[in-house]
Amino acid sequence: MSAYEIEMLNITKEFPGIKANDNITLQLKHGEIHALLGENGAGKSTLMSVLFGLYQPDGGQILKNGKVVKINNPNDANDLNIGMVHQHFKLVEVFSVLDNIILGVEPNKLGFLRKKEARQRVMELSEKYKLMVDPDAMVEDISVGMQQRVEILKMLYRDNEILIFDEPTAVLTPQEIDELMTIMKNFAKEGKSILFITHKLNEIMAVADRCTVLRKGKCIGTVEIKDTTKEELSRMMVGRNVNFKVDKAETVPGEVVFKAENVTVASKRHKNNAVKDVSFEVRAGEIVCLAGIEGNGQTEFVHAITGLEKISAGKVTLCGHDITNATIRQRSQFGMSHIPEDRHKHGLVLDYALEENLVLQRYWQPEFQKNGFIRHNEVREYAEKLIDQYDIRSGQGAVTVARSMSGGNQQKAIVAREIDKNPELLVAVQPTRGLDVGAIEYIHKQLVAQRDEGKAVLLVSLELDEVMNVSDTILVMYEGEIVGRFKAGEVTVEELGLYMAGAKRDNRRCDNED
Amino acid sequence: MKIKQFFSGKAATSFSASLLSILAGLVFGLILLFCINAEDALYGFSRLITAGFSSTGKFAKVLYQAAPLIMTGLSVGFAFKTGLFNIGASGQYTVGAFAALLFALQFKAPWYVCMLVAMVAGALWGAIPGFCKAFFNVNEVITAIMFNWIGLFVVNLSVSNLPNMLSFTYGGSVKNMTAALEVANPDAIIPKLGLDKLLDSSYMNISIFIAIAVAVIMWILLSKTTFGYELKACGYNKHASIYAGISAKKNIILSMVIAGALAGIGGGIYFLSGTAQYSIEKVLLDMGFNGISVALLALSNPIGTIFSAIFISYIQVGGEAMQPEFQTHIIDIIIAVIIYLSAFSLLMRNVITRIGKRKKAQPETAAEPVTQTQEENALPSDNTENESEVNK
Repeated sequence: MSAYEIEMLNITKEFPGIKANDNITLQLKHGEIHALLGENGAGKSTLMSVLFGLYQPDGGQILKNGKVVKINNPNDANDLNIGMVHQHFKLVEVFSVLDNIILGVEPNKLGFLRKKEARQRVMELSEKYKLMVDPDAMVEDISVGMQQRVEILKMLYRDNEILIFDEPTAVLTPQEIDELMTIMKNFAKEGKSILFITHKLNEIMAVADRCTVLRKGKCIGTVEIKDTTKEELSRMMVGRNVNFKVDKAETVPGEVVFKAENVTVASKRHKNNAVKDVSFEVRAGEIVCLAGIEGNGQTEFVHAITGLEKISAGKVTLCGHDITNATIRQRSQFGMSHIPEDRHKHGLVLDYALEENLVLQRYWQPEFQKNGFIRHNEVREYAEKLIDQYDIRSGQGAVTVARSMSGGNQQKAIVAREIDKNPELLVAVQPTRGLDVGAIEYIHKQLVAQRDEGKAVLLVSLELDEVMNVSDTILVMYEGEIVGRFKAGEVTVEELGLYMAGAKRDNRRCDNED
Repeated sequence: MKIKQFFSGKAATSFSASLLSILAGLVFGLILLFCINAEDALYGFSRLITAGFSSTGKFAKVLYQAAPLIMTGLSVGFAFKTGLFNIGASGQYTVGAFAALLFALQFKAPWYVCMLVAMVAGALWGAIPGFCKAFFNVNEVITAIMFNWIGLFVVNLSVSNLPNMLSFTYGGSVKNMTAALEVANPDAIIPKLGLDKLLDSSYMNISIFIAIAVAVIMWILLSKTTFGYELKACGYNKHASIYAGISAKKNIILSMVIAGALAGIGGGIYFLSGTAQYSIEKVLLDMGFNGISVALLALSNPIGTIFSAIFISYIQVGGEAMQPEFQTHIIDIIIAVIIYLSAFSLLMRNVITRIGKRKKAQPETAAEPVTQTQEENALPSDNTENESEVNK
């Protein structure tokens, strides 16, 4: 028997304009946790799609236990006991947990379902690996972390031996991440082999045995985690040294640019208000960070101040203009830029070319139109300027369809567009979500550069590292209220975590404007 | 250079996809002919294919029917481009036709006034589903279907109660038909500018040129203007366009208004030709529904619409020439099959894309890796790219 569970040897896969995988070799040992690290667009997803039979490689071969196998479709992969937890879960929301797990492999007798056996099996598995899943709960009612466990159970139920986790921690809270790490370690102990796709270096250092690094479609190397460091890994991934600390000088905040007074927003999901009586201000040359765990009203608050949702009470002021009921375009003209949370839903028209997306906010300005006709040459010139200046990479330059670009470059395009508007207030909502360290560093630098130019920045983030590193003032939001207000450096990560979880609140700070 | 790029890029894939679908439809039609009447099958088929070119008169008829088809095709295609399905083209067409005839027969207005009124009436009829969609989020398909029928019966009711419009009043023999314009108001007939003499057919007038001009205008509107940019942005991603400060409500209504106006002009064009009379029947007019096929076959491209409409019109003229060997119903079935299979352009495009990818003969026409899965499920509206911008 071979020493390796799965080997992908010299895999090459080309797409028009881009070599997504160039001679990549990945060998997965029995019972190891093997991390696959790479920037957005480095070729991780393509490689996994090849392993899953979604793409056929142009060159190279796949070996299972030393034997060459051909994987033509996901069913073949399943027959080889390869299972995957996708970044975006593939669950039927209105089905129960149990139904989701058995979907596709329903135990039956003469066409009649035999759920009892299935339930028993699921319960056993759930207990064995301490997944604590309620088989009768509806998927739509359970938390994201729990949904992920359902996906994991799906793999276990199918007796998968090779488990692929595609960026599993992106959607989890810090506590849930810890639990997931423990679960993964248990699997490895059992002899299952795990491929862990991520670009969070801390997690790799914590759980992985080995790590293969991809960069721009090429395999940079495979290293033993115990012999390496975080800095080393990030250098391999990005190709240069990465600065984890954000460099920023002390500045003195200037005039008030943005002011929210007693803002209340009704929730779309429940009867209560999603945002309750929130007041704060952002000054020129200051980064104010709204921290909190997902779903505590940050999204609604941002939608309300940017005009995507209505404010039910309160007042919002931008540069002296009352924008409480202003249209989105008016807000934009008063100097607001918005890097939206969901770049696919709000940030981009995916079927538009990159250049068309780069003028999404500005196509109507005289610079880009004359008598209602778009000045294509000017648009092209402007797009090329931004692509150059912000290093937005894509297969065909300005005419690339946005949908075909990698996530990191899509985000860069949005950041470029919003910053180039030269706003007074930049609202950035999770601007680094799902991005690799290189891109994160880049975006953080841009945010600080905006601040240093005397702009006001409102950053909404779920990442504690980001909150601690970038902001000048930290506001913690919990259940629609501001429960803590700190100057950067006067609070520890642990303390911040307690505020975010609702275990602590500081009424004095919340009532006083500073 | 531009032309070369045009044919190597996405447009070529779309064009060959449409051709392939047509071919599939024709083959299927031939098989069907063999099943029905093997003896005359080949003869019938050759009539179907060649009749349109067999004489100048026949060709004139192809163009005559193509003009309104271009308009309804543009109507449906335009709505597709902006993310809406205008199944109400038939109603808008009918209402437009009525408005044109009302002004022609009742008020004795000249043809250009009638045409303008037809456009306005169609626009109004399209605006209603658009309004319901924008403000109450009522699916435009449902409203439009209902307004097809409402339109039809309102028109029927009005025509039968306006004696000035009926041919009976002008000495005609048929009761349930509008008067021939020749007799009632020759000013309302679309000018022929000698084309009728050129092609030796009374069917011929300048309407085909009107339709082509409108198609070109729609193409410019969609691909060159900020308005088109907004409309397409709304169609592709409503949320992103709202985020960008574009009023989605306004654009939905405007899009339906324009789609309605186009179908309305179609109604005007057909019934102001001087050779068509509106007859009171309880059946929705085909022209609007054929517009859906035209738009699908053209992948919603306004320029492509010109060609697909002419093709479908051509097949219809060919179908008529298959009599008496084949009954009109059978001909209808065959034409329906061809049109139906023709509408598979989208599917064909994906097939071609995939073959191209496998052979790597034309790597630039292959879909981008990420788009592959989305494209397969996408609505026509999501799938149509504008070559002019991509290949510029």
